[in-house]
Amino acid sequence: MNGSEQTRARAIDIVNASLKRRYARERRFRYLGLGAVILGLLFVGVLFGDIISKGYSAFVQTHIELEVYFDPEVIDPDGARDPALIAQADFRKLAREPLREMFPEVTGRRDKRALYRVLSSGAPYQLLKMVQADPDLIGTRKSIALIADDDIDMLVKGHIDRHAPPQDRRVNDTVIGWVDTLEERGLVSKKFNTGFFTNGDSREPELAGIGGAVAGSFYTLLVTLLLSFPIGVAAAIYLEEFAPKNRWTDLIEVNINNLAAVPSIVFGLLGLAMFINLFGLPRSAPLVGGLVLTLMTLPTIIIASRAALKSVPPSIREAALGVGASRMQTVFHHVLPQSMPGMLTGTIIGMAQALGETAPLLMIGMVAFIVDVPGGPLDPSTVLPVQVYLWADSPERAFVERTSAAIIVLLAFLIAMNTFAVVMRRRFERRW
Amino acid sequence: MQLSLLILVLLGVMALAFQLGRRRSLATVGGRSGTRNLHSLPAYYGFYAALWAGLPTLVIAALWVFFEGSIITSMVVESLPAGMRELPPDRLGLLVNDITNLANGNIVSGDVDQAMQRAADHMNELRSIGKIALAGVVLCIALAAGSLAWRAIGPRMRARNRVELIVTGLLIASSLIAILTTVGIVLSVLFESFLFFQKIPITDFLFGLEWSPQVALRADQVGASGAFGAVPLFAGTLLISLIALLVAIPIGLMSAIYLSDYAGPRLRSYAKPVLEVLAGVPTVVYGFFAALTLAPAIRGAGESIGLTVSSESALAAGLVMGIMIIPFVSSLSDDVINAVPQSLRDASYALGATRSETIRQVVLPAALPGIMGGILLAASRAIGETMIVVMAAGLSANLTANPLDSVTTVTVQIVTLLVGDQEFDSAKTLAAFALGLLLFVVTLGLNIVALHIVRKYREQYE
Repeated sequence: MNGSEQTRARAIDIVNASLKRRYARERRFRYLGLGAVILGLLFVGVLFGDIISKGYSAFVQTHIELEVYFDPEVIDPDGARDPALIAQADFRKLAREPLREMFPEVTGRRDKRALYRVLSSGAPYQLLKMVQADPDLIGTRKSIALIADDDIDMLVKGHIDRHAPPQDRRVNDTVIGWVDTLEERGLVSKKFNTGFFTNGDSREPELAGIGGAVAGSFYTLLVTLLLSFPIGVAAAIYLEEFAPKNRWTDLIEVNINNLAAVPSIVFGLLGLAMFINLFGLPRSAPLVGGLVLTLMTLPTIIIASRAALKSVPPSIREAALGVGASRMQTVFHHVLPQSMPGMLTGTIIGMAQALGETAPLLMIGMVAFIVDVPGGPLDPSTVLPVQVYLWADSPERAFVERTSAAIIVLLAFLIAMNTFAVVMRRRFERRW
Repeated sequence: MQLSLLILVLLGVMALAFQLGRRRSLATVGGRSGTRNLHSLPAYYGFYAALWAGLPTLVIAALWVFFEGSIITSMVVESLPAGMRELPPDRLGLLVNDITNLANGNIVSGDVDQAMQRAADHMNELRSIGKIALAGVVLCIALAAGSLAWRAIGPRMRARNRVELIVTGLLIASSLIAILTTVGIVLSVLFESFLFFQKIPITDFLFGLEWSPQVALRADQVGASGAFGAVPLFAGTLLISLIALLVAIPIGLMSAIYLSDYAGPRLRSYAKPVLEVLAGVPTVVYGFFAALTLAPAIRGAGESIGLTVSSESALAAGLVMGIMIIPFVSSLSDDVINAVPQSLRDASYALGATRSETIRQVVLPAALPGIMGGILLAASRAIGETMIVVMAAGLSANLTANPLDSVTTVTVQIVTLLVGDQEFDSAKTLAAFALGLLLFVVTLGLNIVALHIVRKYREQYE
């Protein structure tokens, strides 16, 4: 008796003695979990912070304000105002003249060339376009903000370390001196970079823009949407509402689930072998990209649409059937409208996936260097994420900035699409 | 441009057929008052006529668009002078490319001679003939089929049943596309892989230890051995995936546990969507981050403690890939952890267990199969991931287990082999398809096992 009391006391003692250790372990576990969540959030913060801090400065572009004399002798010597002749005129000379006047001490050939390189190679085209838009400019003098070269842009934005040893930076001390002089005279300005949103690709960072890539993404997604939404919804309706339960429909189901997890690059191989080599569709065309992305997003849309159909209660179907509707009428008149918000949400999420997809499009040749903005789904083009991939390979510091800015635009589109989907789900979600 | 015009015209014809069909059905029973004598609602007669007018032509137009290019090319080749036609296939392919470029008004690689110019003109001529013929054929068929359907309309015709039959057919066809996609993937990679294995024995491919896909053009060329051993690629893929999983599993699992069992509703409602953002970020963004931010940082850190780190280290690619798959692990684990019945937890608490003891000794073992399934899905994701490794991992196929070294992966090689100009009879290009086949088989296997585990586990508690 005495012994059993002793054991009971001892059991409690054991528990009490271990409590401190157990509570400590509980706390540790809890902090570990909190740490994991914080680490995850930190990753999001670092990723976005890194990209935004690298890219925000690309939304402004350095310009150099110069007083350009539209010399009739150069542009239009015989005064005929023939557009073809004007287009061939030496606009480089016009852009260089004010620089030469400003720095008369620069005389050597190499020095002069370095001085002219302060301006972008796109600056003469800027003047040409102005004259083409307004021929009356010829013979006048006007102060014009000309695009600066990417190295100057980087220097003005502070991305080039002025104190680094000269061989480690892309601009030498003389050029820095010129830029400082220009800045002292208040001629260097940073303006909103409209060219970044309207231009196509270019080898010169200061002229490169995402206009072409955005248009390519638009046509690709248009093809994807037009194909994948109707097909996905139709497949979901059949599988959910009409299909008998047998081996065939099981096979289709397993298939769809597996396709959702097939690596995207394999879809690219399919597109290359089927659409391009077998059917002879054009390479680099948004049409082919859209077809490949359709096959890729179909499983997502089908799975989301089936979930939406499933959430419509059977009582709705029974009521419709009860008043004499056929099965098809029941589905199209009653079930489908009720599940439409869910289907649209799934489609938007699928489209967001398609917008961010790169690998399969590399396979079908949408990585070409394309300067023109595509005008239709059959023109060669590239898409926004592929443009990011292409620019990320370029060594110039200015392209790092542009790449980050393109990523910011891409992420903005994706966040807008996903937010729209979430809002729509909240707004239309019905609990039956 | 003209194709879209044709489609618009076709849609117009369909709308017209709808109106005419509807009117005719009403006319046969003497206007609106006689509707009850009709078998179906008037609109169904309209749909019937519209479907007949539209569907056959849409099918024909689609087939035309798909095959137009190859048919015209073969016709142009046949019209070429005999000397050009008998070129070896690869030279002929280049020639056809040049002709196509010439016809499109693009830049041509070589000199343009008379025969080529003639062929290009011929191609343009064929194209315009084709366009006119397509428009004519399509419109004729649309009108013929539509008017046949229109004539068949009468009060006793079961229009609704027929329309529903057609619609059911369309629905079935849509759901078959999933199967066709799989068949297409399997066929396209199998066919090219088959050609590849005729050149390179399959055992050399699967067990060879050296990968250098540059095939020698001349026999005496240096550095072009053309070795196709895939083992280094698999080792590299596994190394990077392993690093990714080592990052993603602890963080994903612990954050899922914390968010489902410890966190208050406020933290959960903010932290969960933010973590999900990681899954929505395009992979090319991760690749950029890995290549331009993380890899130099790791290299710098390694050099400051005296390690030689490759600037394309497996570590950088793996870490970033790990960050990418955190949400997969955490959301799948979250699902299975929430699926463990509350009664199990309550029983454990009643015995005096602390929360962490309950989680570790009751919840996790019960959820383990589901978590394993989630991890397998994440692994298949990591193996198939392309952009991160293309941008951040290397190209040289080193057989190493050192995460600071540069390794290459299956997907990187597929991209490098297939981007740019390709000739479809060289082992180099075909090797990409063989790699694709392997990738498909491996990820498919992982997915099937994972889905099976997840499903089986779910049934246990339902």
